[in-house]
Amino acid sequence: MASEKFKPRLAVWKFASCDGCQLSLLDCEDELLAVADAVEIAYFPEATRGTVKGRYDLSLVEGSITTAHDAERIRDVRRRSKKLVTIGACATAGGIQALRNFADVREYASIVYARPDYIHTLATSTPIADHVHVDFELRGCPINKRQLVEVITAFIAGRRPVTPPHSVCIECKLKGNVCVMVAHGTPCLGPVTHAGCGALCPSYDRGCYGCYGPKETPNAPPLSRQLAELGMDARTLQRVYRTFNAQAEPFRAESERHGT
Amino acid sequence: MARKTIKVDYLARVEGESGLKVVVRDGRVQSAELSIFEPPRFFEALLRGRAFSEAPDITARICGICPVAYQMSAVHAMEDALGVAIGGPLRDLRRLLYCGEWIESHTLHIYMLHAPDFLGYASAIEMARDHGDVMRRGLALKKAGNEILNLLGGREIHPINVRVGGFYRAPRRRELAPLAERLRWARDTALETVRWTSGFDFPDRERDYSFVALRHEQEYPFNAGRIISNRGLDIRPAEYDEHFEETHVARSTALHSHLRGVGSYLVGPLARYSLNFDRLSPLAQDAARAARLGPTCRNPYRSIVVRAVEVLYACDEALRIIDAYEEPERPSVTIEPRAGIGFGATEAPRGLLYHRYRLEADGTIAEARIVPPTSQNQPSIEEDLVSFVGGFLDLPDDKLRERCEQTVRNYDPCISCAAHFLRLELDRG
Repeated sequence: MASEKFKPRLAVWKFASCDGCQLSLLDCEDELLAVADAVEIAYFPEATRGTVKGRYDLSLVEGSITTAHDAERIRDVRRRSKKLVTIGACATAGGIQALRNFADVREYASIVYARPDYIHTLATSTPIADHVHVDFELRGCPINKRQLVEVITAFIAGRRPVTPPHSVCIECKLKGNVCVMVAHGTPCLGPVTHAGCGALCPSYDRGCYGCYGPKETPNAPPLSRQLAELGMDARTLQRVYRTFNAQAEPFRAESERHGT
Repeated sequence: MARKTIKVDYLARVEGESGLKVVVRDGRVQSAELSIFEPPRFFEALLRGRAFSEAPDITARICGICPVAYQMSAVHAMEDALGVAIGGPLRDLRRLLYCGEWIESHTLHIYMLHAPDFLGYASAIEMARDHGDVMRRGLALKKAGNEILNLLGGREIHPINVRVGGFYRAPRRRELAPLAERLRWARDTALETVRWTSGFDFPDRERDYSFVALRHEQEYPFNAGRIISNRGLDIRPAEYDEHFEETHVARSTALHSHLRGVGSYLVGPLARYSLNFDRLSPLAQDAARAARLGPTCRNPYRSIVVRAVEVLYACDEALRIIDAYEEPERPSVTIEPRAGIGFGATEAPRGLLYHRYRLEADGTIAEARIVPPTSQNQPSIEEDLVSFVGGFLDLPDDKLRERCEQTVRNYDPCISCAAHFLRLELDRG
């Protein structure tokens, strides 16, 4: 309507994923109506059947690229988006489904499907940035909803989002957590993992399992030595780097140093 | 206009990617197909070679909407394989966690995905412009469920505190006190939600469904029970594969779940409620009666009221658990790996979720099988469309399309979960 102020157009896109990261937007119970007031939610099929065709000011992209069709579709999304932000480990690092990248996808298909010849899929699951230019990547499996609100707010304001790339260790220190690895001998990926969750697992007496992916300039080999000293065998060492961010380069490289 | 095709290329307000095609000929619905274009992620394959202890976190990623259901079916199946039974406060905490997911997931569907159909809006955001107080009430109720998940699970989506054998950290009694305060408010609000939804205008449509759900000796089912139906089925989860099968249907390339000797069947709120009405708390039973539901509900459009009754029950049950809670000595029991096969069936918000694992001696997963509720419901969704849409053919095209969409949304289908659908769609090339 002409009388209303200009609202940037927001679109939310889904590729191969669990829907959890886009659900984070609906989980912003306290902020959702304010967000809906600040932006025009122009395309968000999980939430609305109303769609606005054309171009979008901000596209949030969830999920990884696993089919030829999706590899085309993401190019179209890019063309129609002024800014494109990936949300979550699938869109940013290929997700858990990128474990196929270390295996034979035809074998995978034959395990799950009675007629694997029906399945049209790529051999790999790859992050969005392998296909198109990405303006910003928000980490996490799932993303943190407060960081999501920060990203949307920052793009409306035309500034960079503030999402520190340091390790989970820093978050533990800020929170006053006792180090689970030093004090209890619990294996923890905190030293190499990107912050953003608020050091959730160590706060629950559990070691970090790396769901936010690698931090900026991680140094994984010394951590692996420490994990081996705590009793982790080579196969387990490989597995801990191969979960939800297995395709992220520092984790992929470190995983390949271990294993059977 | 002897022939008409209703197509919805991308079904909105469901979790995941799907489309719908209904073919009408000579005033009758000839066929209805729900097609799924969710790309396959191969969970059952990528689980092979992983440690048994990783299953709850990995399978949670099948669905961001009901991760607790995946975690619960996974831990129960693993404990079954490893010969461990979890009782006492740890068992109660699992039920409490499930209460949180039911409240959150059902409320999301009631207020944000389904109610707009009944009130004539494209989305909850649009609905909020005219019904701001109602939407704020819904969001606050949803948040109460999420607060359980946050406290007990660490976060709402993909909780981090669940493990085979129990939890990483058990909450202190005093941590649960503010939650109880919040849940008392939520229980009142859930009651209002039952009243609110029961006043909607429901199409007068019923089908004689074969209901399938868990049934427990004392409890309204979350984590445990026998799998029963209203057609005489009464089995242990370990017998699931003997009674349920996936078959090819000629009219589509889909493999559908069928109950042997019965055909299509229904899982989810309607089935759970109709098979377990007597296990609801007195408060939830009274609310259901006041909402004119009766002990059996065969009208799928009324599933929104049944969900509201289940939210009310979940609030009531969460309060009961918190009130009786005694801190466990240890947050989990010790588990020794061994070779074996384990079965788990729990009640996801959308219905029965079945897991089966075969483990090697060191606890490595050799085989995994997962049957999510939405793939079990798919034949029933299509049969609903064939049965009901014929009665709506006088409507103009856009209204008719909306009715079709609403008929699918009755199921709160979760397409991300239903990776198995993939077998169907991709055959069309």
